[in-house]
Parts: sequence; structure tokens; C-alpha cells
Amino acid sequence: MKGFEKVSTEFKSRDLVIPGDILFEGQIRTGDNTYRWQGKVCASRIGLVEYSRGVVSVITLEAGYNPLVGDTVVGNVVDIELGRWNVDVDASVMAALNIPEAIDAPFRPDIVMPDILDVGDTVVAKVVDLDRRRTPILSILGRDLGKVERGLVVSITPSKIPRLIGKKGSMVKMILKETGCDIVIGQNGRILINGETREQEEIAVKVIDKINMEAHTTGLTNRIQEYIKTMKEEID
Amino acid sequence: MSRRRKKKAWKRVDGREWNELRPLKIESGVLPNVDGSAYIEMGRNKIIVGVFGPKEMHPKHLSRPNTAVLRCRYHMAPFSTDPRRSPAPSRRDTEISMVIRNALEPAVFLDRYPRSVIEVYAEILEADGGTRCASINAASVALVDAGIPMRDLVVSCAAGKYDGQLVLDLGDYEDKEGEADVPIAFMPKLDMVTLLQMDGVLSAEEFDGCVNLALEGCQKIYEVQREALKKKYEVEEEEEKKD
Repeated sequence: MKGFEKVSTEFKSRDLVIPGDILFEGQIRTGDNTYRWQGKVCASRIGLVEYSRGVVSVITLEAGYNPLVGDTVVGNVVDIELGRWNVDVDASVMAALNIPEAIDAPFRPDIVMPDILDVGDTVVAKVVDLDRRRTPILSILGRDLGKVERGLVVSITPSKIPRLIGKKGSMVKMILKETGCDIVIGQNGRILINGETREQEEIAVKVIDKINMEAHTTGLTNRIQEYIKTMKEEID
Repeated sequence: MSRRRKKKAWKRVDGREWNELRPLKIESGVLPNVDGSAYIEMGRNKIIVGVFGPKEMHPKHLSRPNTAVLRCRYHMAPFSTDPRRSPAPSRRDTEISMVIRNALEPAVFLDRYPRSVIEVYAEILEADGGTRCASINAASVALVDAGIPMRDLVVSCAAGKYDGQLVLDLGDYEDKEGEADVPIAFMPKLDMVTLLQMDGVLSAEEFDGCVNLALEGCQKIYEVQREALKKKYEVEEEEEKKD
């Protein structure tokens, strides 16, 4: 780690970098959204560079959804095949939901699949596996998973989901408390909002849009809290 | 008249110096319905580019098991030229689509998204010579805006020969009436050329001169691309200060 500061003179932590920017030259581990080329570590996406102990990475501002095991996702059923549903989760490939993962019973030919989930239904699901072709395998068995009966879905850039959750969930807890809405965050950038009144839901949508626009700024949680307060006053 | 004096007095049809670019403006993230987008004005060229993906390939048999496919469409609007141009894709459109794809492919990490497709749509609203270069410039900004992993930006610029003189960034008139035209696409940080075409007649020395001139132009355009990408986030920061 000696000489670390010397080598990375061009950028410092939290600087905006663009694909191709040389972030580091020499021995270091490459983190997210970086690649190594001729001994140099370069950015592969636009975002904020982060130099931490022995790793250089880019916290990206624009990225599609990359499915990982354990993610909760909000998806749309787009097709029914024999024994499985194809679910669009905004990934580069369609996700699969197999019958045993939907009704906790083995596949039988007499199961009427559209009665369980039909094309056009929205589901909250968990990624339980990535198969050999990296197709995400979903499950809707478990608490808070399954078909969505009501609420509205908004989409944001998936790479900004950590900002929406905040440190140890600080941001989302605050939004839940202030708006009184029930919010399910899909790691794929789709967020399910369920409020008691239409006004509450509208506040939540506006707040999420604001976070999406200002994810790269500091002191966001406090500003969002102020923002919600002013909106509430407007309604009253 | 000596050669040097001629060079000094000589001005181009549109009043530019021999090594001067046309006025350039790039904006990123202009379309809300696509994953990434960019708008470019390069002289009188007006081009808008939208990017989708990576997403599932349709029809499925065209997908590749080991990499994503980059699909590009270059299209000139009927009102982009005088006289009106047929909106049906012509041979020229198909060729330039292929040229743009080949220029962009080396910069994109296609192998990270097997069996999927990345789509680039370049729509020429107004054409003024050098549309393929302008489309590549806008497309690489749009790809970054879409969050697609890239090795580097791709910058493109043309140089050529008009009236016996090497010139940078040819306009429509110089393109048609000039002796030669050399469009180049270039990855500035990796120092690699991804496209090199030539149309017309040049001596070996003149060709070298054209290549170097175009690469110089690319460096200038690269700065504008960088600014365009950064601007999207700066504006938001300013708004936040006002609050």
C-alpha cells in the first residue's frame, strides 16, 4: 500500500470518471466496474471512483441490473412455458420461475398454470440460483413474496438502489415512517409502493424520483426528509 | 505564389481554417424512454441516438451463445436532405450501419452479456456531411449513458483533401467536391483505431497527413464528449444548491 497516493494523482475518491479513464497503475485489486489493461486499471462505466484499502472500484451512476443470488426482485410475467413462467426482471436475459418454486409441489401435467400466475401479473420474487447459462431462477415461496395484488410500481436505475436503502436501511426506514407507505424494493430497480391513500403514494413516488436524480450527492437523507415535510404541508 | 503564402490566405468554403472543426455540441440523456441517449450537432448535422439493452435477443436464433450482439441502425429522416430522401433503408444506410457497428464493437464488453443484444439507433435529423462520424460520436456517449460497460469512448472525425489542401472535418460541399475523404474512429485512452476508410485519391504522404489531422480532431471532440457526459450530473448539483 506504500506510495498509494502518489500513483493515483489524476483522480481522488468520489471523482466522476468516464469509461477509459486510467484510475491506477500498478499492483492493486480491481473492484466493480473496472478492468485491467496493460497493467493499468481503467473504469468501464461512468460513476464515482473509490480508492479503498487495496481495491479500486467505481460506484456507477448508470447500469443495468445484474442478477445475483439472494436479490429480491419485482418482475413481470411475460410468458408461460411447460412447467415454468418467464419473468421479465430488466436483466439481459429473462428470469425463470419453475412450478416447484411457485406452489411448493412437484410439477403435474394437470396444474392450470394461468390460475396461479398469468401473463401480465407482477410478482415479488427472490433470485435463488443462477443456472449454467446464468439465467436467474426465481422463487416466490417465502414471506412477502408472491403475486402482487395491489399497489404501484416505479422504476429507477438499478445501480441507485443502495442509495435508496441507505446505510443500514436509514433512507428507506425514514421514507416508510414519513410517508406511511409500504415499500418493497427490488434490486432490479423496480419498487412496489402500497399506501393507504393516493396522496401518500404520490409523495413516495416523487421522493424516489428525487433520489434517482440526486443519488451521487451528499447529505441526501436529510434533504429528502425536508422535501417530504414540505410536500405534506402542501397537502394539508 | 509560394505554398506558405497560399496556405495563409486560403480559407474554406464555410470560412474555417484548414485544421478547424465545425461547431460541436453534444448532450447526453435526452430521451426518457430509452436506456441511454445522446444528441449531437456537428456543423449542420443534427443526430439523435438511442440505445437499448442489454436485453433478450429477438429473433432468438440470431443471438450468440458466447457474446452479446451489437445491432446498429443508421437512418436518415426524409427531411434530413434536400431534396426529400426516401425513408426506406438504402444500400448506403445498411453499409453505414455496419461501419458504425464495427467502429463501436471493440469498445464494448460484449462478452459479459451472452445471448443478449445491445441496440443502437442513430436517427439523422439533418445531414451536412460526415454523418457517420457524428453518429459514432453520439453513439458512444449514448452507450455510456445506458450504463453499458465500455473499454473507452469512441471518437470519430474525418480529414480529407479539398482544392489541393488537407482539411479537417469535411462539410457536405467539401465531401462532394473534394478530392478525398478519410473518416477515422479512434479510442483515445487506449490509443487504438477502430475505423479507417478512404474515398478518393491521396499520395502516401497526404494520407499520413490526413490520418494525423483526423486524430488531432478526435482529441478535441473527445473533450466535448467528456464534458457532455459530466454535464448531466453537474446540472443536478447546481439545482440542489438552489434548494
